[in-house]
Amino acid sequence: MKLKLNIWRQESTTAKGAFKTYTLENLEKDMSFLEMLDVLNEQLVTKGERPVVFDHDCREGICGTCGVMINGRAHGPIGGITTCQLHLRSFNDGDEITVEPFRAKAFPVIKDLKIDRSAFDRIIASGGYISASTGSAPEANSILITHDVAESAFDSAACIGCGACVATCKNGSAALFTAAKISHLAKLPQGRAEARIRVVKMVEQMDKEGFGHCTNTEACQVECPMGVSVLNIAQMNWEYNKALLLGA
Amino acid sequence: MIKLTLLRKLLMALTGLFLCLFLVIHLLGNLQLFLPKEIAQEQFNAYSQALSGNLFIKVVAIGLYVSILAHAIYAVVITIYNRKSGGKYAVDERKVASPWYSRSMGLLGTVIFVFIVIHFQNFWYYYKFTDMPLDPWGRKDLYSAVVNLFGNVWYVVIYVVSMVAMGYHLLHGVASALRTLGVYHQKYVRVVNVAGVVYSVVISAGFAIIPIYVYLVQHQERLLTLLQLK
Repeated sequence: MKLKLNIWRQESTTAKGAFKTYTLENLEKDMSFLEMLDVLNEQLVTKGERPVVFDHDCREGICGTCGVMINGRAHGPIGGITTCQLHLRSFNDGDEITVEPFRAKAFPVIKDLKIDRSAFDRIIASGGYISASTGSAPEANSILITHDVAESAFDSAACIGCGACVATCKNGSAALFTAAKISHLAKLPQGRAEARIRVVKMVEQMDKEGFGHCTNTEACQVECPMGVSVLNIAQMNWEYNKALLLGA
Repeated sequence: MIKLTLLRKLLMALTGLFLCLFLVIHLLGNLQLFLPKEIAQEQFNAYSQALSGNLFIKVVAIGLYVSILAHAIYAVVITIYNRKSGGKYAVDERKVASPWYSRSMGLLGTVIFVFIVIHFQNFWYYYKFTDMPLDPWGRKDLYSAVVNLFGNVWYVVIYVVSMVAMGYHLLHGVASALRTLGVYHQKYVRVVNVAGVVYSVVISAGFAIIPIYVYLVQHQERLLTLLQLK
């Protein structure tokens, strides 16, 4: 199949970027979107041009490294997947596809489609852990956790930090990401002990990074490749309000 | 000025929910306008006089003014901040992921705010700060002021459009406020979401029907002739 690509090219964070158009022919419909970018880069290198920079790692949909805005939607037109799990069969022969980096004030562009998501790392570092040394994996039955709680905590922990929630939020809010980390730990007995101080620190860091307010449009959960629920945000608010009333 | 995003949201939620409570009381009072004129005029004017003289109501009213202003001011602060923190895309299809009214709270809120200004001018200012005509029982005749305004078709249109805007604002606002307060248990979230929809529809439809009813009653002779039913 044949595709026309409008790809965002930007030399550095401070440089002014612009779209550049490329036409690719003889593509396989079962290629992944990233494989198509590989084909493009091969052609660019052969011609002596600088290849398009984009983030990717596992290409199995579980690491959260890849992520671009494809035709105005995070990770492309299909919900619940990362960019590497998107295939060309989701497009039609002759389609024009616009590819942009995830954009938010807290996610500066490094080069082309690659962005700096270290703001997420700093949010985790501010409190997304248990401060006591837990040693190696404990005996499973020494702390009893019901199936529902374990599943629910696992659903929150499923967040892979890809940043689609921020990219798709009109406010550039990191509420879903931060909340997933907070409620993952708040749901389990090991994390409960520090729940209040954790939420205060992580929310403070989230603000420091320049993410916007959550206005509960719920777009984030629609675009989240892992289906992390907005109810995590509700739990973050609950933990935060509790810390306000009872002290951190 | 509140700096933290979650605290600003909390302020929006608490002032918003207080205004929601006020709407219920206001609507209950307005229902008296459904009564026939002979009863309604005396009862509605007595009710208005009792409210405006009551010390408790005066204190709550101050809370109401503060809530409206704080809610509006922080809405502007939050919107300006969010415009800067959010990304802009050359091709933007993000709208498929969320309902239009959730993304348009600022626009809907502006319609409501303009309506509130007109509403305050028409009734609140008129009642409190002018020498308005008295009814046969010697009370300020707010009932006739209301009925006169609701006799104007354009005023009824503005009123109804504003109530539709309020309905959509509440549809997002009530659920959003309760989420900000931290209702996260799936069972309660479901109850709260349904209650929010029912509340939004009942309140906005309730307010909107009254001017339509008053208009139709006033113009029934003319309307029936127009429809050649008489």
